[in-house]
Amino acid sequence: MKAIVNISLKAGVLDSQGKAVHHALDALKFDGVNDVRVGKQIVLQLDESDAATAKEHVTQMCEALLANTVIEDYEIEIIS
Amino acid sequence: MKVGILQFPGTNCEYDTQYAFEMLGCSTEIIWHQETTIADSIDLLVIAGGFSYGDYLRSGAIARFSPIMQAVQEYAAAGKKILGICNGFQVLTESHLLPGALKRNESLHFISQHHHLKVASTNNDFLHKMPTDAVVNIPIAHHDGNFYIDPQSLQELYNNDQVLLHYCDAHGNPVNPNGSVDSIAGICNKEKTVFGLMPHPERAMETILGSDDGRMMLEGLVAN
Repeated sequence: MKAIVNISLKAGVLDSQGKAVHHALDALKFDGVNDVRVGKQIVLQLDESDAATAKEHVTQMCEALLANTVIEDYEIEIIS
Repeated sequence: MKVGILQFPGTNCEYDTQYAFEMLGCSTEIIWHQETTIADSIDLLVIAGGFSYGDYLRSGAIARFSPIMQAVQEYAAAGKKILGICNGFQVLTESHLLPGALKRNESLHFISQHHHLKVASTNNDFLHKMPTDAVVNIPIAHHDGNFYIDPQSLQELYNNDQVLLHYCDAHGNPVNPNGSVDSIAGICNKEKTVFGLMPHPERAMETILGSDDGRMMLEGLVAN
């Protein structure tokens, strides 16, 4: 079973990298981009075969280490 | 007085820190991260600057789970003094021994330069030797020094007199090199026993190297 964790800065926390990328897209004349947020993705290969249990484990991992919940949100996708 | 200095893989300011505290008459001990105890003889624990674990994941995030950190939590819980400089500050926020977080600098650039700081509070064991509103010149060298804290927790910091230092210009006017909330450069915990700052006082010990303003700061911790 595979878990994909997407981590991004919380709404309201300024994302300087997203802003810089947005400026660069503007400079390249890619119009119509309203907002850019840059995050990171962590892909985990798990022994667990039960999706609910896997999600629970990965949530614990996010809270303990993978995300800093002071400034970051995380989303977990479990793929069988 | 004996100063313990933590060393993780990637720490690179431990010997500067050792030099600085020995200059102030302290004995020192470098403590490798695989150790699991901090000797009773250690009067002050310093988490030195550098790039622990290559800053992987987030600065300070992996160091937080080093074997020594359980002993650091107990050391802090016992009310003993801890100073975190630069990466040490990041380790302390990741460990929840200090509130807030250190984000990537707003400019996205690594900043390495001398910078002025204004002392915000002297009502603590770290800065008690300095005049309030004193302006000091201390090097900064960081990529992730952009201090973030939510507005409510920020208010608590001010209410409890936990904000130690603000970035400023030579005249004490606010300047913000990295995007930190309220240009904050250093804070302490509510109990005023755990101190964290991004600037490097241990690199400002001799005028021949540009400034000896760091001496007065570190002397505060030595005098106690």
